[in-house]
Amino acid sequence: MNVLAFLIPIALFLGGVGLAGFMWTLKSGQYDDIEGAKWRILSDNDLPKADEN
Amino acid sequence: MTVRIEPVGGAAAIVDGAVSAGAPVPRPRDWSDFASPRPDGLLGLDLVVEGITCAACLSVIEHGFAGLPGVAKARLNLTNRRLSFEWNPALINAGDLVRRLERLGYRAQPFDPGRRSMEEQAEARELLRATAVAGFASMNVMLLSVAVWAGNVSDIDPVTRDFFHWLSALIALPAAVYAGRPFFRSAWRALKVFRTNMDVPISIGIILTLLLSLWQTMRSAEHAYFDSAVMLLFFLLVGRTLDQSMRRRTRAVAEDLAALKSSSAVKILADGTLREVPLSRIEPGDIVFVRPGERIPVDGIIEAGVSEVDYSLITGETIPVPVAIGDRVYAGTADLMGALTIRVMAAERGTLLDEVNRLLEAASQAKSAAMRLSDEVARRYAPVVHLAALSTFLGWMAMGERSDAALVTAVSVLIITCPCALALAVPAVQVVASGMLFRRGVLIRSGDAIERLAAVDTIVFDKTGTLTLPEPVLLNAVSLDRLAQGLDSGAIPCRSDGPIRSGNALEASGRLAAASSHPLGRALAAAAGNPMPEPSAREVPGRGIEATVDGERERLGSAEFCGLSGTEVDVFRAAYPTASIVYWRRGTQAPVAFGFRQGLRSDAKQTIAALKAEGYRIEILSGDRVDAVSAAAVALDLDVWAAEQSPTEKVARLQTLAGQGRRVLMVGDGLNDAPALAAAHVSLSPITAVHLSQVAADAVFLGDRLAAVAHALAIARRARRAMAENLWISIVYNVVAVPIAVLGMVTPLVAALAMSGSSLVVTVNALRLRLGDATVETSTAETIEIKP
Repeated sequence: MNVLAFLIPIALFLGGVGLAGFMWTLKSGQYDDIEGAKWRILSDNDLPKADEN
Repeated sequence: MTVRIEPVGGAAAIVDGAVSAGAPVPRPRDWSDFASPRPDGLLGLDLVVEGITCAACLSVIEHGFAGLPGVAKARLNLTNRRLSFEWNPALINAGDLVRRLERLGYRAQPFDPGRRSMEEQAEARELLRATAVAGFASMNVMLLSVAVWAGNVSDIDPVTRDFFHWLSALIALPAAVYAGRPFFRSAWRALKVFRTNMDVPISIGIILTLLLSLWQTMRSAEHAYFDSAVMLLFFLLVGRTLDQSMRRRTRAVAEDLAALKSSSAVKILADGTLREVPLSRIEPGDIVFVRPGERIPVDGIIEAGVSEVDYSLITGETIPVPVAIGDRVYAGTADLMGALTIRVMAAERGTLLDEVNRLLEAASQAKSAAMRLSDEVARRYAPVVHLAALSTFLGWMAMGERSDAALVTAVSVLIITCPCALALAVPAVQVVASGMLFRRGVLIRSGDAIERLAAVDTIVFDKTGTLTLPEPVLLNAVSLDRLAQGLDSGAIPCRSDGPIRSGNALEASGRLAAASSHPLGRALAAAAGNPMPEPSAREVPGRGIEATVDGERERLGSAEFCGLSGTEVDVFRAAYPTASIVYWRRGTQAPVAFGFRQGLRSDAKQTIAALKAEGYRIEILSGDRVDAVSAAAVALDLDVWAAEQSPTEKVARLQTLAGQGRRVLMVGDGLNDAPALAAAHVSLSPITAVHLSQVAADAVFLGDRLAAVAHALAIARRARRAMAENLWISIVYNVVAVPIAVLGMVTPLVAALAMSGSSLVVTVNALRLRLGDATVETSTAETIEIKP
């Protein structure tokens, strides 16, 4: 049963990481525009400009 | 629809004269009034952007502002169609940004979020956070509980069990305090004024369960119920979050409507000068001036000027309607072609747009008050549970049991009767059914729409854009020659090559039409196979397109523009009494007429017949003219229809039907349908509908086929059956489990079986809906195909 002393804190910690991650996505407004996000990945705005050569 | 082809040139000339005679040009709107300072020295502005139709707009707009000096942020939110700017006021100003947006082809209105919507947004975030915390806690506590259950029937060491219970308490108590706040707050607010609401029993149940579990843990008893408390909280929060997001969407509709209305108008003063004044200072009877390209700010009657007005906001009709002196125009519609002078009938209040807004708000409030199946069951079920628990406690006390033991048994009754199955019964079916609907091109906005769809017995259709396709179709091409010779009965297919070579005419006029942005021009170009636009083509605003081809002048447009005489026009009118007509003429050759009409959806007839055969009562409720509606009704073999209905009349008709005990499905697309869509028991709208109507509707269907409506109804009926089965399954489980709990014999095995067993059966039963669904999947591709 000693193994529980490790496993339970680890399980709680991993769960807590997930929870913190979710809170962060919420706080940084990632659910404000769920429609736009799926299209934004197709946009190449973030690439270095190719027309400057 | 009635279309007057001939513009009245004289009136336009008067207006042009008045403007060129030195009337001062009204001051443009000062956009910087709407900007607000942001923390880092920048200015910010939120705009409602019109004409956002697809993801391409996102790229066009954001690209258009990327790298512009001084612009720190230009981000379009596709979900609520709002564009948010942040910029450095030293480098660029708000007016420049809006003008640039206009050059990109989008009109914008300032958007003031208002306190109410800010509060609702904060509430939504709090609910999401609480849901996340409750979810985290319930998963972890459940993990520990399963271990305890298993240990209780085998050989768990009491010390380990206590450790697990204390650990559960450590997770569950803070989580319940945090995640339970929305319920506790609402319950407290109600209790303070000596009232009760649904949150009161929920709060009491959760607090009681937690306190009892804590006490059980302290005296190292076998059972604790932390898992049940947080699990219940989690499911309740999920439901509440979904419900809140739905209400927030309806609120967004009202905000957008308000933004569409102009906040100022150009008034013509008694001495003939023009001045831009706030809408609040415009009275009925005043004269206002509207320039081409602007939205009309008031409801009124045209005093001077000729133009075409885009009524699509009001009717969903995409063909611009020519207007002349004496015609009525509405606030929120767009003046496309010429300047108009309008005598005001309603300005700040009482416009059609206001009326729609008011009706929409009233209707959506009424709807959220409507009871849902799961709520209904919960409401009838809850008193029974509480009564059972109370009588268990009193019964055991009466039999001389110790009060703490009696309390434990009573709470066990409470808990075992609150299993996940009841919470899962309806949502599980909703998830499966909305997935099935999605594959048939029907997108459901709210889960409970499925229940409401299943109850429908009457279907009310709007005509324009719903029974008919939103884009006009070319009927045929007829030359005056053939009509005169009596060779043509008015029904030549558009591609037939006769002596007048209407095929060639179609091809040539198609090249002119391709250079036009007019909806009829686009339809003509599409009928001609979208040829390359004629390079010399030039658009004459309000009249047509002109080009010089092989040294000859070609014209496409109104009768007057193509130089037709009155008698010639009469001949064509007689051939196409209900169509919109565009003329094409090369040099002085005989003119060719192209008639357009909005065609019925390809499967409208079969779908309506099939729905009638299934016993649905079907009506048409349209804002269109009598002859157009009666023609559609005859074609579809429907005998109940009403034409020229205002939004208020539509809602009134739905209320009459509801008063007769009918459950009405409203299918519509125009802004004039939006209140009716919100007022109906349940509503559907095509994906081509105006944005506001889509949001007002419970579901949206893709594609050109009306069959989606029939699919939605059929799936909803099957889903409703599955929901009822599920509710029965969970009730039967309880009927078995409650007596055992009342007798004080709740072993961990019973708890585990009742909880996971019933949840499992309910989920499997929901998945069973999918069986036999494979047969339809082959036709899906066809349904989902959307026109670009």
